[in-house]
Amino acid sequence: MIYFDNAATSWPKPAGVAEAMQYFLEQVGANPGRSAHRLSIESARIVFHARQAVAKLFNAKDPLRVVFGANVTEMLNLVLLGYLRNSDHVITSSMEHNSVMRPLRWLEKQGVEVTVIKCSQEGFIDPSDIENAVRSNTRLIVLNHASNVIGSLQPISEVGYQARSHDLLFLIDAAQTAGAFPIDMSTGYIDLLAFTGHKSLGGPMGTGGLVIGERVKIDQLQPLKRGGTGSRSEFEDQPDFLPDRYESGTLNVVGLAGLAAGVDWVLTQGVDSIRKHEIELTRRLLDGLRAIKGITVYGGREASNQTATVSFNIDGVLPSEAGLRLDDEAGILCRVGLHCAPSAHKTVGTFPTGTVRFGLGFFNTETEIDIALSELERLSLFT
Amino acid sequence: MNPDDSIAYAYILVFSTSHAIQIEQWLIEKKVPCRLVPVPRHLSSDCGVCVRILKSDIEQVHKLTEQAGIELVGIHSE
Repeated sequence: MIYFDNAATSWPKPAGVAEAMQYFLEQVGANPGRSAHRLSIESARIVFHARQAVAKLFNAKDPLRVVFGANVTEMLNLVLLGYLRNSDHVITSSMEHNSVMRPLRWLEKQGVEVTVIKCSQEGFIDPSDIENAVRSNTRLIVLNHASNVIGSLQPISEVGYQARSHDLLFLIDAAQTAGAFPIDMSTGYIDLLAFTGHKSLGGPMGTGGLVIGERVKIDQLQPLKRGGTGSRSEFEDQPDFLPDRYESGTLNVVGLAGLAAGVDWVLTQGVDSIRKHEIELTRRLLDGLRAIKGITVYGGREASNQTATVSFNIDGVLPSEAGLRLDDEAGILCRVGLHCAPSAHKTVGTFPTGTVRFGLGFFNTETEIDIALSELERLSLFT
Repeated sequence: MNPDDSIAYAYILVFSTSHAIQIEQWLIEKKVPCRLVPVPRHLSSDCGVCVRILKSDIEQVHKLTEQAGIELVGIHSE
């Protein structure tokens, strides 16, 4: 079996992740921040370690400005719904996932103005388009760091610099890049970084987070939910400090134990070496696909400008059929169709049919790429 | 640091458990004896945790936390 669905969730997980979760379930188990006995404190230490590891990975100074939640979608919703008010203006790109597009379209109906900057067919935003889109009521730029459809990497620091020069907040959706591509809050001019734990950070599903930069005034960012935090229990008002302001209800500590181990693994490997390996795999796949007659690859087709996610179609074979045959006949697992990003598919010209998407990951090998390429050649020859 | 009736303690009250762990880590680095304990009832009705230190270390801890810009609710001695 060959697992090429890492853009949906990474698998297998790095060594240490399952063990950390098992340790929590069997040896710790207690609620962090609710009690002060030894197991509760150990549990809180695990969560704090996860904050520190994430802060280190993204070069954020203060681990208390790392907030955890269920997934990147929740974190994006937190910012979009918590920060934008009626008559505010927000700028985004046509390559966004529905995790950004759906809350924005809902907000639009409530009176928020939304500008969607059209990206090139290769999936790239032109930062100079931002300049023309900024209005007097613009408050936020939100950008998908890399497309989940074709992997195109956006010029984060250029867009971030534009945001900073107009005194706007800059939110990035790092679902596809956190752990796979170097991200620095400071050099990227990033104010808010939303990430998922279960993709390239190697953690389990049900984990995600938001890194809140120093420029964000948290009294202007309303929580998505309010409730028990274990702190200031004598008061009925939501705490106004981080991370508790945004972390009501018991956290997924077993998940965060796994996430911490995943991020530790990423830090040990080094994002640069992970990136190098994934570029090599992507280049091999792109070169191989280019050589097969009847296959159309979408995006820029240059490994260094994209993540390890590659979308293509085979002439005369619907993506759904290709997916089923790859699974049944070759044990190759991938995602087919539309990838929760209709606007991105329209931008690259694959709406409504969709694509076959190979989401490569760190644990894939060149041999697996070669096997997949010969299977694709066979599929394209005999259709 | 084991509880001992003959030792005078002080309590660093903090905003949250995350803050308590951050301060504990930092005090350990500075080799200041400390322990996370429940907030004594007479100091707050909060259900949370605080950092217990030796009363004799209060001044040093005040100085160190100020220098590092670490936010505390306050330090209370018995």
